[in-house]
This record gives sequence, structure tokens and C-alpha cells, in this order.
Amino acid sequence: MEFDLIFKNIDLFFQGTWMTLRLLFFSLLIGGTLSIPLAIARATRHRWFNRPVWMFTYFFRGTPLLVQTYLVYNGLSQFDFIRESILWTVLRDAYWCALIAFSLNTCAYTTEILRGFIETTPRGEIEAARAAGMGPWLRMRRIILPSAFRRALPAYSNEVIFMLHGSAIASVITLMDILGAGRTLNARYYLAFEGFLTSAVFYLTITFMLTAIFRQLERKLNKHLYPRIATS
Amino acid sequence: MKKKLFGLAAAIALGAFVGAAQAEEVLRIGVEGAYPPFSEKTASGEVVGFDIDIAKALCAEMGRKCVMVEQDWDGMIPALRARKFDAIIASMSITEERKKKVDFTNKYYNTPARFVARKGADFEPTPEGLKGKVVGVQRGTIHQCYMEKHFPDVKLNLYDTQDAVNLDLVAGRIDAVLADAIALDDGFLKTERGKGFAFLGGDQIDPQCFGEGAGIAVRKGDDKLREAFNKAIAAIRANGTYKKINDKYFAFDIYGD
Repeated sequence: MEFDLIFKNIDLFFQGTWMTLRLLFFSLLIGGTLSIPLAIARATRHRWFNRPVWMFTYFFRGTPLLVQTYLVYNGLSQFDFIRESILWTVLRDAYWCALIAFSLNTCAYTTEILRGFIETTPRGEIEAARAAGMGPWLRMRRIILPSAFRRALPAYSNEVIFMLHGSAIASVITLMDILGAGRTLNARYYLAFEGFLTSAVFYLTITFMLTAIFRQLERKLNKHLYPRIATS
Repeated sequence: MKKKLFGLAAAIALGAFVGAAQAEEVLRIGVEGAYPPFSEKTASGEVVGFDIDIAKALCAEMGRKCVMVEQDWDGMIPALRARKFDAIIASMSITEERKKKVDFTNKYYNTPARFVARKGADFEPTPEGLKGKVVGVQRGTIHQCYMEKHFPDVKLNLYDTQDAVNLDLVAGRIDAVLADAIALDDGFLKTERGKGFAFLGGDQIDPQCFGEGAGIAVRKGDDKLREAFNKAIAAIRANGTYKKINDKYFAFDIYGD
């Protein structure tokens, strides 16, 4: 182990962490926002709403994120009409390519998670809302979605961590994320695993912090779902 | 029954042992397969090219049986050290930084590094000229070393293979590439994809980064193999085998002086 080389290049890893966190945050933001209307559409029994969303989630959950990233980065750039269009100002940039692929991928997973929890909203809650005179949209907004969000939190925290790990794919399309920093360190000094090991430590730290955040959130938002412990 | 089984097991074990002993005779050579014309893959998956032909000629000269083991470039030296193969014949330049990890034979060729950009590019390959431009190189190459040393302020994109670098140059994601002049000329500029691109500036020079040419890397202390390779290189240079291989790919002698 050559620790001195790791410390000498630790800046690389902090820059990489910044890149990874940016990619993670924005892909979750975009994917998460898009997933709400999609999940509602997917949960309806209406075929015209349900089917297209099902096809979208089926494609993005059925193919590896690496393939999706390659399709956006190398695939689209093969077509002259895309390179000559306004789209190219976005697709030219590896960061945007990664962001598009990651957002769509996490959107597909989040849609399915959310759909599951929308469909399993306790009947009593819906009946109560109906009895109070709420229409379908008000019911969705006030009762079903907030309830689904809370119950989906543990499953969603998994998705966030999967996305963090999936974001390592950014390094194959020239982005200097945490893994990119590790590979650059390895390449610069012809090391076998120092770079990977340091990357692993950085990913572990972020995972640790993310799980801590979600645990706090769950404790706060889902208090009413846990059995009460008698205090005496 | 038991005896029979035991006999069978013994036979298998013996077979495995003999197999292992024979396998040791075979020299495993690490090659890349994505660096035309030095090494590339044919449609049928076979690795061919100058490096491969040189490797075969050296093996024949040494009277040893060789197998080619494919390996991604950035894992080449780690794989050699992990004994996945015994030598690297993959256009690897002999540099000081690499000598800390592996031993090198004498060079078997030496060609300069040059930039390539779109034809009629309006910038010079200098630190000022490349300001605001993006340059692509293969990860873990002498060209990465050179860019990081002389162009620290120029945005540098790192790729797994030279093919991937060229692909992004064509796509327009990067403005220039720095690589071996021959690999760029034969592997890119003379191909269909390389139309509309040309060399930018002359040979880039820095002995510290570029070293003394491409050599064969062996594990540290593997002097017997290194010496055998050195002798074989001298022999194929002398007996015309090298020239024959050279002329198959290039119009001039790439051995250098």
C-alpha cells in the first residue's frame, strides 16, 4: 500500500466526491419529481395512462444503467442530425448525458416504488377521506400521496443508495467522480488497488451518512407506524 | 468401487498436475487489442497487429510457446504484477515512473507523440492556444503524463481506449487528442472516420514523460526473461524478421535511431 500517494492526491477524491454528490442530488431531484405524476398514472386502472408508463419503467428497469448511459453518450452522438441540432449543446457534455441517463433510471424505479405504495394505501384512510367529502384529486393530494411517501421511505432510501453506487458509471464517460478519481490515481502511478480502495472508503462514508439521514427521517415521519413502547 | 474412485481421482489429480507443469512452459503475453495498427481485434475476435506479430516473432526466436492474454490498458501493469501474464507487449513506453513497478527490455520501436484536431483548426497546441479547449488522451499513458505536466490548465478527458478518444473527437466532444503519431495516422487519420482531421503542430518532446521508446515489460527481477527478450529483439532486428513485420504495417522503419 502506498498511502503517501493517496494523501498526495486526496484533492482528486474530494473533487470526485463533489461530482458524485452533484450527479446524485440532481438525478434524484429530477427523477423523483417526474416519478410522482408517472406513479399516479401507473396506479390508475385506465389503460391509456397505465400502459405507456409501464413500458417506460419496464425498459429502464429491464436494462443495465451502464447500457443506458452508453446509449445516451455514444449512441445519440452517432447521428449527424442530433449533432447538428440544438440538442447537441446538452448532449455534447458528458455531465448532462450522465444526468439524463441517471434521472430516467431512478425515475423508473421510484415510479414503481411509489405506485406500489399508492395501491396499498389502507382502505380505511380512503373511505374516511370520501366520507369527509373529498373528490378524487383532493384525496390523492391530501391523503394518498402523503401516506404513500411516508410508507415508501425505507424502500426509497435503498433506491438512493443504489443510485449512489450506480453513479460510479459516470467514470466510464470521462467524468471525474469518486471512481474516476480512483482510476486516475491508479493510472498515474500504475497502482493496482490503492485508488479503488480509497474510492470505496469515500462511497462507504457517503452511504453511512445517507442511511443516517433516512433513519432520522423515518423516525420523525413514521412515528405513528411503530408500536409504542411503554415508558414507566 | 472405492479403489476405482480413488484411482480415478488420482488420475485426475495427476492430469491436473501435468497440465500445470506444461502450462508453465507457455509464456503468457499481455496485449491490448484496441490500439490499431499495433494491436486490434478482427471481426472474428482475433487480436492482430504490429505488437502481436512482434510478440510471435520473438517467441519463435526464443523457441517458446506463447499465448496472448487480452487486458484493458489501465490494468496492464497491475495484471502483470498479479501474474496474470509474464510479459507485456503492448506498445508500452519505457518511462521512469513505470520502471518503479516493472522492468523493461530494450526498446522495440520508438515513435513520437503528436496532436490531432479538425482540419484547419484555428489554435496552436500550446498552453495558451489550448486554453478553454478540451483534450482527450487514453488513461494511464505517457500522453496523460505529458498533458498533466505541460498543460495543467487545459481540460483533460481520460478514456479507456484510444478508440474511445477518437470517437469523441469525431463526435466533437473534444477539440484535440494527443497520442502516438503512428497510432493516430494509421489507426485514425487514414481511416474513413478520420476524414476531416489532421495533425496539429509537430512532435511533442519530453524525455521524462515519453521515455526512450516502447519496450517489453516483465516483472521486477525477472532478468532471465528480460535478457531472453533482449537477445530475441536483437536477433530479429539482425535477421530481417523485424523489417518484414515493419514493412507489413509502415512505410518507414519505426525502430528509430
